[in-house]
Amino acid sequence: MSVTNSIKEVSIKNLSKIFGRGAVKPGESYGAPGVGSSTAISVFTSITLIFLWWFITNMGWIQPLFLPTPEAVLKKFADVWSEEFAGSTLWGHTKASLFRVFGAFFLACVTAIPVGIAMGVNRIFRGIFDPPIEFYRPIPPLGYLPLTIIWLGIDDVQKITLIYLAVFAPMALSARAGVRSVTIEQIQMAYSLGATRGQVIWHVIVKGAMPEIITGMRIGIGFGWTTLVAAEMVAAEAGIGHMVLSAAEFLVTDVVIMGIFVIGAIAYMFDLFMRFIEKKVVPWKGKM
Amino acid sequence: MSVLELKSVSVIYPPATKTGEDVHALENITLNITGNDFVVALGASGCGKTTLLNVMAGFIQPSSGEVLLDSKPIKRPGADRGVVFQQHALLPWLNVIDNTSFGLMLQKMKTDERTKVASKYLKLVGLEEFQKHYPYQLSGGMRQRVGLARALTSDPAILLMDEPLGALDALTREIMQELVLDIWRKTGKMVFFITHSVDEAIFMATRLIVMSPRPGRIIKSYNLDFYQRFFKTRDARRVKSQQEFIDVRQEVLDIIHGDEIRIDQG
Repeated sequence: MSVTNSIKEVSIKNLSKIFGRGAVKPGESYGAPGVGSSTAISVFTSITLIFLWWFITNMGWIQPLFLPTPEAVLKKFADVWSEEFAGSTLWGHTKASLFRVFGAFFLACVTAIPVGIAMGVNRIFRGIFDPPIEFYRPIPPLGYLPLTIIWLGIDDVQKITLIYLAVFAPMALSARAGVRSVTIEQIQMAYSLGATRGQVIWHVIVKGAMPEIITGMRIGIGFGWTTLVAAEMVAAEAGIGHMVLSAAEFLVTDVVIMGIFVIGAIAYMFDLFMRFIEKKVVPWKGKM
Repeated sequence: MSVLELKSVSVIYPPATKTGEDVHALENITLNITGNDFVVALGASGCGKTTLLNVMAGFIQPSSGEVLLDSKPIKRPGADRGVVFQQHALLPWLNVIDNTSFGLMLQKMKTDERTKVASKYLKLVGLEEFQKHYPYQLSGGMRQRVGLARALTSDPAILLMDEPLGALDALTREIMQELVLDIWRKTGKMVFFITHSVDEAIFMATRLIVMSPRPGRIIKSYNLDFYQRFFKTRDARRVKSQQEFIDVRQEVLDIIHGDEIRIDQG
């Protein structure tokens, strides 16, 4: 009885928080949307989803062909770790994919960021790069995949190029937007202290654009992972995308799901790493 | 001794819309700043104060007339004119000492040397304890003090201050007025200071120029000595409540206000 009562109490309290009735406690601010930690809830959701998956599959409500059990997926992880599947072990596939994604990401970093900055500070660069970037940006990589094969063949150069193109546009546009976040006072300040144009670009504009540049890198690497499977669709010998697609052909659903989890986990870990870098590099973000 | 001269300076902005007319931001401004002048420009918004400062800083080229610093025409911004902005314009990725020595870093001064110079000026503005803090950890008044210290590090001939206290709360503003005056006295720099606070203008100026908008021009100029009374008594509030101060304030307000009425009718 008391348990149901307390549950009722909690839910009423939360409802009043959500709909902004009743005054808040000192230290909270009235009407602030979405305040408070969500970690516990997220953990709860994840566990619930996995539990539901485990429960439904173990009850035999869904055929393993459509959705294998979590245990089966975990076992496949161990199996493919030691035995080859679709031409390579899991580590071999992962290595091939990491090389493609991070190779393309690295190339995009050293080209897209300077191009974006140049577009932001110079009308000639903006005039040159704006039409091609804006033209190809909305085209899905699958759309120009055939063209990259005709031009570049089917080896890693083609795959890295495809991923690179997907990563380049969001990174360049973020860097360009970052230039605009620098205030005119900061630029005039530097000139009034005797700065040259080059000094203003390096010491004020590039550094001031860092928050957007890092955001662009996070968005860019996301596009990279999205494009990976497309890049590995045609004539790959190794790669997580290749592994997943081969498994799908033979309806080995547990490998398909395992591959998806591996991509998701790596992407998520890298994003956590980027957030850590962001905190180190731009601790002032959003505070001024 | 340095001299900043403006000779019949006019600035005309192109029309904002296609059918609009040219905007005469400044018309025929002649002004000499020299010695240890503390010139305050006062006026309602849109009277061309900031345009005037931008011309002196070398950000805007006058449409006609001449701007000379020590007989040499001002063509671009430079370290011989220190600018203090209304929005501090600190770089959030640098700590206080690096923000202060930013200009010296641009001049490629060695690190320990520029730290020494910057510390000296940080001490002058009372922030020697905050060298390692970042701008987002400072209050508005402290940020402005860093901006002031930074402008001083390159030892400019003149300080150009564009409503530097405009964004501060009333109490901080009073403290900062005294601080700016003290620093002006200690460094002996010429100052050109913009404000729209009548009290602040009268209190701080050696020379007060009252400006009026459309076209921006100087309609009245005063030589004042209330800052001296402050130096003698160290009591700013008493100085500001003296009958003479109130009289000047009334007169200045009448001029500004009368001008507005005339414009409204015209």
